[in-house]
Amino acid sequence: MAAKPIQGEKRVFMTGNEVIAWAALAAQVDVMYGYPITPQNEIMHYWTRLAPKHDKTFLQTEDELSAGFTTVGGVLAGRKCFTATAGPGNTLMQEPFSMAEMMRIPVVAVIQQRGGPSTATVIYSQQEVTLTTFGGNGEGHRIVYSPSNHQELFDYTIKSFNTAWKYRFPTFLLGDGYQAKMREPLVMYDPEERGIELVKPEVTLGNGMEKGKYNHVRNTFNTEEELYEIVTSMEEEYQRVAPEIIEHQEYNCEGELDVLVIAHGVVSRAAQAAINLFSAEGKAVGHFRPITLRPFPTNELRATAQRAKKILIVESAVGQLGKLVKEALFGLPIDADYLYRPGVGITSDEIVEKVNSIRK
Amino acid sequence: MSVEEKSLPPKLPKSYRLESKPHKFCPGCGHGSVLRAIAESIDELGIQDKVVYGCDIGCSLLSWDFFNVDSVQAHHGRTTPVITGIKRANPEVIGIAYMGDGGGYAIGSQHLVNAANRNEKITVFLVNNANYGMTGGQMAPTTLPSQKTETSPYGRDVELTGQPFLGPEMVAAITSEGAYVARGTVSNYIQMKKYVKKALENQMAGKGFSFVEILAGCPTNWRTDAKSTWSYIENDMANYFKVGEYKVPAKEE
Ligand SMILES: Cc1ncc(C[n+]2csc(CCOP(=O)(O)OP(=O)(O)O)c2C)c(N)n1
Ligand code: SF4
Repeated sequence: MAAKPIQGEKRVFMTGNEVIAWAALAAQVDVMYGYPITPQNEIMHYWTRLAPKHDKTFLQTEDELSAGFTTVGGVLAGRKCFTATAGPGNTLMQEPFSMAEMMRIPVVAVIQQRGGPSTATVIYSQQEVTLTTFGGNGEGHRIVYSPSNHQELFDYTIKSFNTAWKYRFPTFLLGDGYQAKMREPLVMYDPEERGIELVKPEVTLGNGMEKGKYNHVRNTFNTEEELYEIVTSMEEEYQRVAPEIIEHQEYNCEGELDVLVIAHGVVSRAAQAAINLFSAEGKAVGHFRPITLRPFPTNELRATAQRAKKILIVESAVGQLGKLVKEALFGLPIDADYLYRPGVGITSDEIVEKVNSIRK
Repeated sequence: MSVEEKSLPPKLPKSYRLESKPHKFCPGCGHGSVLRAIAESIDELGIQDKVVYGCDIGCSLLSWDFFNVDSVQAHHGRTTPVITGIKRANPEVIGIAYMGDGGGYAIGSQHLVNAANRNEKITVFLVNNANYGMTGGQMAPTTLPSQKTETSPYGRDVELTGQPFLGPEMVAAITSEGAYVARGTVSNYIQMKKYVKKALENQMAGKGFSFVEILAGCPTNWRTDAKSTWSYIENDMANYFKVGEYKVPAKEE
């Protein structure tokens, strides 16, 4: 076997896309299928440079439909495969993702959000939350991680493959162009040296009778009732495992709060900087960050939000996180406000200003 | 020979999955013959445990459990990339993508073009029945000039909709060395089966993309009886779509 790509711990300074390529290697991924779109291109650029040195492969397909479906095929063949895309590519990939969802195929996709729907504003937004969490023509039985810094890009890329193969729901790493393109320090490591067991892929198709039976994978059903049975049991399974998957982070959320700021991804970093200023002044302002956007940390948020006089939803989109939060808090008498800045970044100063304007 | 022996049904291919027989295609449908040719070829080549069979949306999906081989039913037009992904991830498998003319020449045409151009080491079988069978007989890229369909009720007007799609001709033109390309017809089973088998052998030899289009009847949507179904395939279709081998890899010295 080839030497491990990363030995020991390695402190590095790199772009987010480079981090993801390295993390995929560390997670012992075999194949990447992809189609160029900004801001995820460099994942492919780094992967294609690293891959041959580690016996890994790559195919640049003719479009995202193909990239998604070849990824589905690769996973069925029993290899750890992934793809990466953004914006209109994410739209096209919803078709293969729907198939993966229905057939419980553990594909992993990195989504580096960009402004949409548009061209030219190719770097940043948080506008692919709805599409990534609930896209496709099924029920959205998926897992979506929203990392906020480069260390997490590394950690959660590795985790995405484990989660996907353990639970067999398509798993997404939802980044954005800022995370993709900026450079930041982090520690890379070999997961197994840290005691993280890498979930082994399984062969679904391609070793015929060795499995003891032939597999027929399908999403064609004879009756609506048959579909109903399958989707219902999938929903039950999803709800059963959700508590094991759900992750969130609380920042200065002890006791009664004047304002609870809710944000995800890169915007959390602005939120945390803002909270630091308030706590220096002894003010009760906390931050809640869903790390999994799907399944959503509903119970955790409800518990914390009830201790707050007011909640503030902050995101670089018009209420896509907002929808998830409102659904989670449904029925609670909570006073909510928002700072929605579609397609642009959000600074800690803007959050401070907004919090001050609503703090009683 | 006893009467019982004489009246026994013909021997079914070993790679048939008996639980899903009799099959679900309409009487007189061309899909059945093509699938039989595939099954016999799998048996003769001894590759049952290596085949990964992918079918498309359209009537081809009725074959999702047709064979005792590993199978996957993909979306409309997307079987080619699914099988490509499998083959690339595990070159040991013999990947078969099975689809209709809609799946191959309309919605999935970019996948066909690019897989052919990359000379992917997979085998594609495309059943050309000159219409969209499953959705109720609409016009297909292969519908003949002045042929009536549900979306060309006055007959296909080639001025408005273009000429019928010549698949094997195109695939032969864009594939490189090692590709195998042919067009067969269910009205000549022996020849069609030969093409089907050669397309699989070509993949086994690792030479290149293998593509066979097969002319087939859709009596349900054509609203034809046995005789006129046959005549439509043998005369009208075969007149436009020339049957034969379009590309055969050079023999090794
Ligand atoms: C994305 C998408 N668009 C449309 C359809 C509806 N659809 C199902 S089968 C079919 C036509 C199938 O025709 P063809 O591929 O020629 O196969 P046949 O049924 O004739 O064998 C269509 C349009 C679909 N399933 N998916
Ligand atoms: S509709 Fe046409 S193609 Fe489909 S099964 Fe019936 S005859 Fe065959």
